[in-house]
Amino acid sequence: MSSINAEQYKHIAALAKLAFPEEEVANNAHVFDDILKMVDQLDEVDTTDVPVLRSGIELKNVMRDDTPTPGLPRTELMKNVPTEKDGFIHVPAAFDESEDNA
Amino acid sequence: MSRFDETIVSLNQQLVNGETTAVQLVKDAIERIKALDGKYNAFITLNEEQALEQAKLSDEKGYSTDRPLQGIPLGIKDNIVTKDLKTTAASHILDNFVPIYDATVMEKLNAAGAITIGKLNLDEFAMGGSTETSYFGPTKNAWDTERVPGGSSGGSAAAVASGEVVAALGSDTGGSVRQPAAFNGIVGMKPTYGRVSRNGLIAFGSSLDQIGPMTRTVEDNAILLEAIAGVDEHDSTTGDVSVPHYLDTIKDGVKGMKIAVPREFFEEGTTEEVSAAVHKAIETLESLGATAEEVSLPHMRYGIPVYYIVASSEASSNLQRFDGIRYGYRADNVKDLEDLYVRSRSEGFGDEVKRRIMLGTFSLSSGFYDAYFNKAGKVRMVIAREFQSIFENYDLIMGPVTTTTAFKLGERTEDPVSMYMSDLLTVPVNLAGLPSIAVPGGFDSNGLPIGIQMIANHFQEETIYKAAYAFEQATDFHTRHPE
Repeated sequence: MSSINAEQYKHIAALAKLAFPEEEVANNAHVFDDILKMVDQLDEVDTTDVPVLRSGIELKNVMRDDTPTPGLPRTELMKNVPTEKDGFIHVPAAFDESEDNA
Repeated sequence: MSRFDETIVSLNQQLVNGETTAVQLVKDAIERIKALDGKYNAFITLNEEQALEQAKLSDEKGYSTDRPLQGIPLGIKDNIVTKDLKTTAASHILDNFVPIYDATVMEKLNAAGAITIGKLNLDEFAMGGSTETSYFGPTKNAWDTERVPGGSSGGSAAAVASGEVVAALGSDTGGSVRQPAAFNGIVGMKPTYGRVSRNGLIAFGSSLDQIGPMTRTVEDNAILLEAIAGVDEHDSTTGDVSVPHYLDTIKDGVKGMKIAVPREFFEEGTTEEVSAAVHKAIETLESLGATAEEVSLPHMRYGIPVYYIVASSEASSNLQRFDGIRYGYRADNVKDLEDLYVRSRSEGFGDEVKRRIMLGTFSLSSGFYDAYFNKAGKVRMVIAREFQSIFENYDLIMGPVTTTTAFKLGERTEDPVSMYMSDLLTVPVNLAGLPSIAVPGGFDSNGLPIGIQMIANHFQEETIYKAAYAFEQATDFHTRHPE
């Protein structure tokens, strides 16, 4: 049986690149616990020596000839980009470059 | 004929006979949708101008019975990408997204001459059983607008049942074609996993997702499945299995067909009215020459917990692509790249989507992976084996689609676990990758439709269509329609 507290909930959120308002965390963690309780029913099933099934049908590796084909035009690929600069996707800096952190 | 009575087959006949034109069909459909959709909210986007263009070209080409979809206006669930036509997955994070390519099913429908009349509402990213999690507001049940249409393909089901379109595409990860089809009294097929290409279907649970046809009749359903099915180099999970011409065998009947009826389908909250309708349906097929016996699927009830681990884990991975960088919603005034990711996702996704990303991230995380993700995969195997052992002796499994008829709007939104249970009877089929149909099988005392579920072994959609067609021809449920 698992149960998670507010701190653990925030840790999972960070892994998922999500953030929740502080006032929602306690209730969300509680709902999450309810779902985990439902999921924990799986412990009743004896799965000794049962292999894992990852897909409903038997899958095999599919090979194809490695033939080059033209890709989509750049202008098409950029159509849904929120902001662009000089033909590139424009995003904020990945690192804080201010003096304090230099 | 009224707007409820037309089918793909009847419209094709009228086009071939020169009694109507595709331009007329498109104009009529647009007019109907504009008049009715304030009531149902089935459509997110109308494709008025492009549809009229396509219709003109279609009329110039002419018609034949060999091309049954040519000139027919269809609705498409809005998680199937359509080139140059906005595709939102009913999410704020994609509410301005205009795809630059067509899904494989759209290429196939376009080649068959079908006309996309618009994009249909769904639960956000297909995560839900009531179409209430849509960013664009809930769709209403075609039979009672105080009730949910089911979900996630609620827009597709309501559009077909309300007479807005004759047919639509939906997608089914845990019941999302069959449950809304049942709640709206139409025919909905979830094909075998790998029967229809998922290329261009916005991914939710990749080992479970299938696109399927939603129609008024079994014959229309078979026509639409044949058009979209087949192996695809853009989806390596499609099966290299030939696609039958289903209409060749659809009228073969059920004489000698062996039907298994799992007793667990009638436990765990299935109402008496639903049970009675299913038993009556089984008797109908018996009277037509099939035999039926009770069997057991003892681990079926673990389908819901397995599903919520498997589907949520796959979703948490699939939905990582929505990061505000290349397309979709991007948060304003962010301080750095990490902030951009977190805020774009937190502001762009709705509550249910976030809940499932959280569950999936948890079950895939270090320390919990074996206890959750792997455990679910093992119980999934137990369930799949139980189905296989039944198909060693039987051709078809029959049961209800849902335990109840359509519930009221708002009734289950506060309690995720009770909402999840509405997929109890459909989810195990996705876990095992099997094909399954929902067909109209009666009405409850409130006049709400009841759906009958028929499940066959992998790639045996032909068997399902034979049984479903025989049942439909022996009953008149599909001829009734909402007020």
